[in-house]
Parts: sequence; C-alpha cells; structure tokens
Amino acid sequence: MSALTELECHQDELVARAREAVAQVRDPEIPVLTIADLGVLRSIDVATDGTVKVAITPTYSGCPAIDVIGFDIKMALAKAGFCNAHVRQVLSPAWTTDWMSETGKAKLKAYGIAPPAGHASRRALFGEESIVCPHCGSSNTERVSEFGSTACKALWRCKACREPFDYFKCI
Amino acid sequence: MATTSISFAESSLLNLVLRRADDALILGHRLSEWCGHAPMVEEDIALANIALDLVGQARSLYGYAALVEGSGLTEDHFAYRREQHQYRNCLLVEQPNGDFAATIVRQVLFSAFMDLYWREMMTSRDKALAAMAGKAEKETAYHLRHSGEWLIRLGDGTDDSHERAQTALDELWVYTGELFEADDIERGLAQSGVAPDVLSLEGSWNQRLAPILREARLEIPQAPFMQSGGRSGRHSEHVGYILADLQYLQRTHPEAVW
Repeated sequence: MSALTELECHQDELVARAREAVAQVRDPEIPVLTIADLGVLRSIDVATDGTVKVAITPTYSGCPAIDVIGFDIKMALAKAGFCNAHVRQVLSPAWTTDWMSETGKAKLKAYGIAPPAGHASRRALFGEESIVCPHCGSSNTERVSEFGSTACKALWRCKACREPFDYFKCI
Repeated sequence: MATTSISFAESSLLNLVLRRADDALILGHRLSEWCGHAPMVEEDIALANIALDLVGQARSLYGYAALVEGSGLTEDHFAYRREQHQYRNCLLVEQPNGDFAATIVRQVLFSAFMDLYWREMMTSRDKALAAMAGKAEKETAYHLRHSGEWLIRLGDGTDDSHERAQTALDELWVYTGELFEADDIERGLAQSGVAPDVLSLEGSWNQRLAPILREARLEIPQAPFMQSGGRSGRHSEHVGYILADLQYLQRTHPEAVW
C-alpha cells in the first residue's frame, strides 16, 4: 500500500470516528433525539492538521439550544480524542422537519411527542392538521395552543384519552 | 467622559441590514415585555415564542451587519452600543404594547409585511440575506397566522373587544405607510437585486389584510397622512426608554460576555 492511500484510509477512519462521536450528541431540549435524528447535523470534515469541522443548522432562528449543541459537540469530540474542533452554523438550505429521520420520529412518539405529520409546505403550515395522539393513537385531537414549551412545538390535547401532548410542528 | 457608543461608516447595504435587524430586535423586545402578563398562559408562551424568533432573526442580521461593516465590530455592538438616532427600525414596532388588541394589531400589520418581504428576499442575489430569509419566512408566516386568528376573534368577538381592536387599528394605521417608503437605499438595492422593492409590496399587503379585516368586521382606516422617520433615526420618545432597558448592561459593563 502506498503512503498516500494509507493516509487516505487513515483520513476516512478519522472522519468516521468523528462522525460517530458527534452523531451521538443529543438535543438538550428533547434528549431522546440525537442531532443526527433531528437533521441539525449537516456535515463533518477532518482537516489534515486533525481539526474537525462540523456544520450544524438551527431549527428556528432563535433556537436557544443551538449554542449548547455546539458546546456539546466540542465536548464529545474532545472525549473521542479530537482536541481541535470548529463548529459552524449554516442557515441555507433552511432546516425542515422533512430532514428528521424515521427513527427520530419513532423515538419522539415513544417519548410522548407527536412527530411532524406529513411533509413541510405552506399548506402543511396553514392547512387543517390531523394529529395522532402519541399516547393512545386516537386522531380525535384538538389544538390548545399554536406555540408550546419550545419554538419547535405546539400544544395539543387528545379528546379520547384526555391527555395533553406536545406536537412537533411541521415546517 | 469616554463614550461607549460605536462609530462606523454606514453603506447602503449595512443600513438596509440594520433596518431589518432593528425592526426584529425592537419588536422582539416589545413582545418580551408581555412575558408573565399575557391574558392566558398559552398566549404568554406564544408571545414569548414570537419574541424569540424575532430576536433570533435579529442576531443573524446583526452578525451579517458586523461582517458587512468589516472592522471587527460584533452583533452585540450593533444591538447594544448605538445611539438612538442610529437605530433604523420603523415607528410601528416601537409603539407601546397598549392593550392586548393593540399588540395583536401591530403584529398582524408587521407580520403581513415581513411575510411578503422575506419570501421575496429568498431570491436575493445576496446569498447571506437569501439564507436568512429562507428561515425567517416560515417563522413569519406562523406569526401572521397566529395574530391573524386572534384579530378575527377580537374584532368579531364582544362589543368591547371589537371596539378595542378597531381603536388599535385606527391608531396604528398611520405607522404603516413607512413600511413601503422607498428611499434611495431601498430603491438602489432593489434595482441591483439585493432586496425586495418595498413599494411594490403594498398592493399584496392590502390583499393579505383585506380578508382578515373583513372577517374581523373591522374598518380599514382612512389616514389623512402617514407618520415617518424611523428609517432615518427620527424616533418617538418610546425608543429612549426601550434602549435604556436594552442597553443597560453593555453600557455599564462594555464588552461583558456570559
């Protein structure tokens, strides 16, 4: 094996290790979801000097979790042996709930938060929504408030099991 | 005594970015004043969420302003270390919260404008502004939906809520003309494909409002004249009070960080 290919192999392995560490970082406000599940993690590169460059995208402009996520990424990388990390925020293309993985949606439901229904569009944002209760599965639900405990959620109530629940807004 | 105010050269692009940033910061601050005082807990959360979106948009815009200015100033310098006459926000957003009807009317008038504005900005030649617009557009559409539904409930509600909504609309209408004022800065950047032509948005804005006001049984006021001055830094006295509150920490402890 030539020196160059060896170096490339090593580089791929480093990126994979860095990715593994970063992908495990959790959303501080919805700790069942990793930033990979959420689609917040956009890219990871390892420079030749070993600096890890991570790009993340905020869910909402004012999402206060984004700074904590950046800090947690650096911590996770340090634990995995990457001492130099640079976390950058990218805005374009704008984050959408369509980037949430199916695993992420299943985890949300199990956690008691109704996952975003359907695909993001202006119609999804403004049209009539039919949201399934994450507790009992009934679609006999009603919206209590368009805004919830975090920017990404709305407050709903199930008319079948009478439980209130959070709904992850589809944007 | 040394001043803690920043000084900088204001290019057309910087001025335009500050207009959008200051609108978002001042309205975000106004809405945050409702925190703990809204008529019901859900609405308390809603207004705080809208404020959070606006302050988030302001942060992105101030960050870009700092980049455009290029001498090493930061988003915090632009947010907290300018004098009143250097703020470029429109007069509408600095108006006091008043009663809940006044807050909702102000929100509908502003969000209907920004919804159109951000959607056009998404195709800007300026990639940074287009990226911010892509995020802000979804948030602003949601703000318009929320405040629009409230306005219908207030206008088409009790005699008292109807009267309060109509009074608020009559009082705030004079500040809407400024939204569509196309001075040399707006015109120049519209011509070069950097920003939407605000003048051209007025027709669509009226069309967006008409069905909401009709359903709310509210009359569109006939304003004999429109107030103006915010874009060139001529503000009402309210801004001084807002800035005293907003800037206190950075004026007392310049460069303080968390």
